[in-house]
Formats: sequence, structure tokens, C-alpha cells
Amino acid sequence: MKYAFFPGCVSRGGCPELYTAVISVCEILGIELEEMTSASCTGAGVLQEKNLRLGDMLNARNFAIAEQMGLPIMTICSTCQGVMAQANSRLLADPHYLAEINEPLADEGLEYKGTVEIKHMLWVLLEDVGAEALKERITSPLSALKTAPFYGCYIVRPTNVLGFDENPNRQQSLEQLIEIVGAEVVDFPGKTKCCGFPILTINENASLKMVANHTGDAQDLGADIMVTPCPLCHLNLDGFQPRAASKNKRKIELPILHLPQLIGLALGLEPKALGVQQHIVSPKKALAGLGIRM
Amino acid sequence: MKTSLKVKRYNPEDDDKGTYFEEFTVDMEEYNTVLDALIAVREYEDESLAVRCSCRGSICGSCGIRVNGSGALACKTKILSVAPNEETITVEPMGNMPVLRDLVTDMTPFWDKLRGVEPWLQVDGPEPESEYVASADAMTHLNGVMSCIMCGVCVSDCTSLEVFDQFLGPAALAKAYRFVADPRDAADLSRLGALNEPGGIWDCTRCMACVQVCPKGVAPMDRIMKLRDAAIEAGFDNTPGARHAEVFTEIIKQDGHLDETMLTLGTIGMFNIGRMMSLVPIAFRALVHGKLPLMYPFTHVSQGVTQIRKIFDHVEAKK
Repeated sequence: MKYAFFPGCVSRGGCPELYTAVISVCEILGIELEEMTSASCTGAGVLQEKNLRLGDMLNARNFAIAEQMGLPIMTICSTCQGVMAQANSRLLADPHYLAEINEPLADEGLEYKGTVEIKHMLWVLLEDVGAEALKERITSPLSALKTAPFYGCYIVRPTNVLGFDENPNRQQSLEQLIEIVGAEVVDFPGKTKCCGFPILTINENASLKMVANHTGDAQDLGADIMVTPCPLCHLNLDGFQPRAASKNKRKIELPILHLPQLIGLALGLEPKALGVQQHIVSPKKALAGLGIRM
Repeated sequence: MKTSLKVKRYNPEDDDKGTYFEEFTVDMEEYNTVLDALIAVREYEDESLAVRCSCRGSICGSCGIRVNGSGALACKTKILSVAPNEETITVEPMGNMPVLRDLVTDMTPFWDKLRGVEPWLQVDGPEPESEYVASADAMTHLNGVMSCIMCGVCVSDCTSLEVFDQFLGPAALAKAYRFVADPRDAADLSRLGALNEPGGIWDCTRCMACVQVCPKGVAPMDRIMKLRDAAIEAGFDNTPGARHAEVFTEIIKQDGHLDETMLTLGTIGMFNIGRMMSLVPIAFRALVHGKLPLMYPFTHVSQGVTQIRKIFDHVEAKK
């Protein structure tokens, strides 16, 4: 099980603990990663606001690199996953467009042939490692840890480019993983809504209201912790949670874990090795309830 | 087959009950829709159930509701597609608008916002002798957005509207694009100027909820992204949103990867001291938690940056 590893920008920037956790968890599970060191950012949908073709060219280049490596791509960010999937769907829909997009790649000896598979780690765990195999590796079940799933928009919408027809279980993937690690799912209305990060610098009040709604509602429904496969969501839900709580006059203290941190804890990894101490909202209290010391 | 519905009820004349759910079970066929089931409830179970519908063929846009939490046209939603194993279907009125009674919402805010974008052709110059001429390509391009039946389903599920009711919303913005992209319309600059204001194009979160739920394939968010591009191209580039897109693109050109610190500073603007100061506590906290690597700007360059820059140059040269 080997992947062209696309870490995305945030795991090398604002959420370095995510990168560490992914490497540790993949090592234990025998997921071999070869990092795409010459790849570019996907554009995150922002560059695409200015120039969609440019975005498609950058993504086609990344896909061509993976094709050259002969490996499927593994992402660890909902936004990277969604933006790549959307770009791939446009490229595969029209051979003339693909040929145009390939033009500037020729200089580097690259050509995207349209064969790449792009999978978020969340899907790799369930579909490639497999639920049963994963269950067998769980040494420290997170029994009774009430966990709220938070997906991040681009890993759930639009479903027609994300392979949900072929893999209908992707709709409930995060809930499935929460159950595999022995934790209890706390369902809440905001789990597939926007975290607010994309408008943080544009309309901070609206952005923080989203943070307060999601974290506050999940906490009110009994969640001890929230888990997300998207580091951009993490930046907002964790980093801006104290400000969101005070601005919206709600008492909120809900730790947010990256997906591989939740898995890592259940695999028996030390919390510090997974970087959980780096979160703004400390998971110390929630983990102490499981007998895990930070 | 048995179809069970859990319907959100509200009767403004009955203050005591407030909003509550009521369950109904009706006999339906495999080809039936959620609207058929609701009509059956009204016919045979409770004639007081308020549901708005007309054409029953996804044309009139009257029967927008929420099915299992997502906006949908009741007449286009097959029962089997949402309850393949006879699960109970949860039916609620659309979100982001006042509820008049049961499943019927007040569309007044929807129409007000739509009127706000002046959804009519504004031509300039002398009237042509015969008709206004537009190329087939231009009009074909508009076909998708002109498919909008104004059902309000996209507005119902808009995550930005949920927290900021001044946002124009996906339907009105898609309609605005329909005129900005129309070659016969001469009001692009004033339209884009208005759309560039708070509550306009930059308040969309790009969450794709509207793209997912639109029953007619209008893809409102994609139109909003095109409006952003058009606004920047037209010179409306001094808003946090426009700067965000500009600075983001520039950073990718320089490094191949994103540097979030530089993006934030560039978006806010170096001379926006007040806003900058408000972020100091957040940045300090991030620094203390090791989430703001100091060497980041020097270590975060893609190994393929030379080739990445060439792609940017290629696109520039083609312009």
C-alpha cells in the first residue's frame, strides 16, 4: 500500500502537528508514503477565483507527477481533496481542454494522461486498509469518548465529483472511523457545514459565528471532542474558538483533533508524539477521562 | 410500500404548540416522490398540512423543502432515493427564510434580494432596428444559469446566509451573473461595483452547498467565482476578498506553496493597524503552541517552484 503523499500547505505551516501525526500513523499501519516534494498548492479554490485555468494547470501538473511516480495520491486535507477532485473532473470531461491544460507541462516532460486516483487519508483508511484490518490494530479503544465529526465542505460536496456514487459509504466515513476507534459519535447539525475559515479575513463576525455555532452545538449535545479531516477547518475551529466563544457569549471549550491524531491515540501512540499539546484548546481534560495523560 | 414521514409542523394560529414534529405513514408506489407522499398525507391523514406545490414536474419551483436536512424540490425527490429501505424521511421547511405555516416559507426576502441585483437587461446606445444580437456561444454559456426556476433551495442551504442575513445569497448572485455575462448588457461596471460591497460576492464561503442542492444544475457558487474574477478584472481590487485572491495567487507563484502568515498580512493590508493589532493575541497564542514556524517563509518553497512559475508565465503570455 503505497501513495504519492500530498501533504498540502497547512500541514507544513499552521498545523505542523498534523504532518507528524500522519507520518506516525501511516508507519504503524504499513501505509508507505512517498512525498510529492515538487508539487504545488492546489489553489484551494482561492486561486481559482482569479483564474480557473491556471488552477487546473497546477493540479494537472501535480497529477502528472503522481502518474510518473506510478502511485495514487493521498491527501490529508478536505480542501486539497475537493479542489483536486473538481479539477480532475473538468480535465477528464473534455479531451480538448485536457490537451490545452497539458501544453505548459511539456516543458518539464510532463503530460497528464487522466489516470490518477486521488484519495483522502480518511478514505484510504476505510477503503484500502479496510475497517476490519483497522479494528484489529486498535490497541487502546477510545471507549466512551463522545466525538463530534466535522467534515469540511470539500470532502462532502459536490458528491458527483467525489466518487460518492461508487462509494456511498463516504457519506458516513468519519462516523465509521469514530466507531472503529471505539468512540461514540455525537451527531450535530453543523457537521457538513462551512467552518467559516474562507471568510475569516473578509467577514470575521460571520466566520466566528460559524465556529461558535458548530463547536457550541456539538458541546451542548454532549461532545467531549471534535475530529476533522481538514486542517483549514482546524485552524478556525481550534485557533479562533476562544474568540468565537467570547464574541458570541457562549461558554465553549471543545478540543479539536486532526483525524490521524484520533486514530493514533487508538493505536496506542503517545499523545505528545501526535502533537495534541499543540492545539489552542487543550484536549487534556477530555483525554484524562480515558486515562490518557498528556 | 409504506412511507413514513416525520414532518415539521408550525401553525401561527396555535401559539401553544410552537414548532414540533409529527409522524405520518402513507402507502406509496416505488415511482412516487416525496411531494406525492406529502399530498397523500394532506388528502388522507391531515388536511391541515400546509405544503406549496403546483407543476409537480420541477418547472415551477414552488415545492422547495428540506428532505433529511438538505434542500430539495419535493417533486423531484424520489422516495426511494432518500429512503431505499423504507427509512423515515424527515421533512422540514426551507432554511434561511421565515416559516409561514408547516412547510410553507415566506419568500419575500428571496424576492427582495433578487430585485436588488436589478435582474433585467440594461442596454446602452440607440435601439437597434431589429433585435439585439448576441453570439450563439455567449447565449449557450448562459443556458445553465438561465435554468434557474427560483425555487429558493440554494438559499435554504446557504451556510453564509445562516450567519449573515445581509448576504445577497446564491440565487440573486447567480442571477446577477446572468446579466454581467450577457453581451447585450451595458451595466457591468455598476453591477460589479454594487456586488463588490459587503453582503455581495465576497461573502460566499465557497462551501458548495448551493451547487450540491440546486435541482436545475445552475451551480450558483461557480457563477459567484466568475463574478469575483470579473470584479477584479474590472479594477475592483481593493477589498479584503480581492486582496485575498490576489495575494494568495502571488504567493503560489513565488513559493509554489501557501504561506498563511503572509496571506493574512497581505489580505488585511499592512497599514490596517487596528485589524492587525486585533490578530496579535491569536498570533501569539499560535506561536506559543508551535503553530507558527518562524523559519516557515524560508523552508516552505516547493522543489518544483521554477516549473510552477513557468506555468504562471505561460498563462500571463496567453492573456
